Amino acid sequence: MPAPAQRRIIFQHIDEPGYTNDIGCYVRNGGYEVLKKAVGRKPEELIDEVKKSGLRGRGGAGFPCGVKWGLVDRKSGKPIYLIVNADESEPGTFKDRYIMHQDPHQLIEGTMISCFANNVKQAYIYIRGEMPHGARILEKAIAEARAANFVGPNILGTGYSCEIFVHRGAGAYICGEETGLIESLEGKRANPRIKPPYFPAVLGLYQCPTIVNNVETLCHVKYIAEHGGEAYSKIGTPGNTGTRIFCVSGHVQRPGYYEFPAGTITMGQLLNEVCGGPLPGRTFKAVIPGGSSAKILRFGERFKGKRKVGAEMLDYDWGVEDVPMDFDSLGMIGTMGGSGGVIVMDDTVNMVEALANINAFYSHESCGQCTPCREGSLWMKKISSRMVHGLARPEDAALLKSVADQIPGRTICAFGEACSWPTQSFIAKFGDEFKQYSETKKTAKPEGAHELV
Amino acid sequence: MNLKPETLSKIDEVITHYPTKRSAMLPLLHLIQEDIGYLPEDTSEWIAAKLDLQPINVLEVITFYPMFRQKPIGRRHVKVCRTLSCALLGGYKTCAAFEKEFHTHLGEVSPDGEVTVDFVECLASCGTAPVVMIDDELHEKVDVAKAKQLSDQIRAEAKQR
Repeated sequence: MPAPAQRRIIFQHIDEPGYTNDIGCYVRNGGYEVLKKAVGRKPEELIDEVKKSGLRGRGGAGFPCGVKWGLVDRKSGKPIYLIVNADESEPGTFKDRYIMHQDPHQLIEGTMISCFANNVKQAYIYIRGEMPHGARILEKAIAEARAANFVGPNILGTGYSCEIFVHRGAGAYICGEETGLIESLEGKRANPRIKPPYFPAVLGLYQCPTIVNNVETLCHVKYIAEHGGEAYSKIGTPGNTGTRIFCVSGHVQRPGYYEFPAGTITMGQLLNEVCGGPLPGRTFKAVIPGGSSAKILRFGERFKGKRKVGAEMLDYDWGVEDVPMDFDSLGMIGTMGGSGGVIVMDDTVNMVEALANINAFYSHESCGQCTPCREGSLWMKKISSRMVHGLARPEDAALLKSVADQIPGRTICAFGEACSWPTQSFIAKFGDEFKQYSETKKTAKPEGAHELV
Repeated sequence: MNLKPETLSKIDEVITHYPTKRSAMLPLLHLIQEDIGYLPEDTSEWIAAKLDLQPINVLEVITFYPMFRQKPIGRRHVKVCRTLSCALLGGYKTCAAFEKEFHTHLGEVSPDGEVTVDFVECLASCGTAPVVMIDDELHEKVDVAKAKQLSDQIRAEAKQR
């Protein structure tokens, strides 16, 4: 079956010739019309539209946005804050970068609609420190929007006021975790908070109710406010509504970003047709479907089970190529859609070396407050790195697995899971490669193989 | 601390963005680092006084975030992405090329004082791997040949100074 056509609703203007990131261009393309209409509606109506839309958060967890908004404590009498999570850091993910650099007003309009819907008077955009241009572009865009009365006091004469400030991170991955982000925004180390009691919707920034939404999610909110929740829910598939942006990197002919109605494209269509297949003379070996913490898939493995289609339960029997790229299908086969970062590895890659690369990342980024994660991520890095650079033993696979198995569920935040899933899944899927690595090391590397650690 | 007047006015402005002063911690550290090039020893005391905190509250933040540095670096900062997508397309070779071009090792200032090369984690531009940031500029698809070309450019710009 041929791949469906791209449907760009969020990336509509990305890479469009002549499209610039200033407010003039945005307004010429119909910008801020949705905000103008939204501020004339009841905030509850806008929240209902988002609930009806079925929108799921695009930062990684896929949590329903309407539910998140529904959990906000609106009776506390405290101010409600909204934080835009622009700390795009999950390896393999590079979508928010293009929204912020090329179409920042789309984000600001979505943010203002969300703020109005939730009676937020102060929003912060937490952008990662490594995007200094992005921060400047957003600051300029906010200033333009303020001058046009879309941001700031008495927006469009409605009496509603809301301010946005840009806040730069400083290179710590854990700031993408929403409670770590909040700690960071409060001027501290980004050690995530324990839940309960610190659910951001109740006790977030400055112990006030707080909404943390990803950049792309807020752009979807703008689309939902424009077209209605019901129309949005018809894009994609039930439970996986709207479009998804896939960021494909690694060993394919055409890496890049591609936006499709959710659940309508399979992994095989995405990699073989849209991305042009493997590099010349190579074959696909493995793929990580949703950012580097998602569990790896091995080409050649099969997934069988039953799934719900409409009211019926149907059998499925999929190879990696057959899996629809939506949250639920990827969840069913034991991995996740996550942030949409698809990392592809071909037959030149040795899995011990690829895992050693990933483990180095997670051990560098563990915040260090929970012992299992701090020590476990470090030991997984040390063991896998020793296998590559020093002595590799057949029993290392079991040792790595035993360390990984002792982390998840024993930490304050989901980083514990994120850092152990790569090791667990690499060893489950490529265990032989780990056991044989001491022999493999003695032979020449395949042509075109790169050093990974 | 000897900060430029425009840095001081930016510091006073940014503190007003937050209901509590402590939130201005990262912005202040960025502003001081951009002004001086690194965070000198008295940074913690200075910011603590400014934000009504204890110096340890500042120092623990400086040591947590990888972008903050307590020692000077070269005039230009070359940051090569080390993470998986870049490594799969030769990021390690790119990094070695920069080290060789400037006769330096990771994290050190090159002998001519011009460059510090660092290996950093994911820069969120995996589709154009390998990527490198030189100061604030992102460079995409930097293979060994492009690394040499960028190094030549850095040396040419140094000569004009």
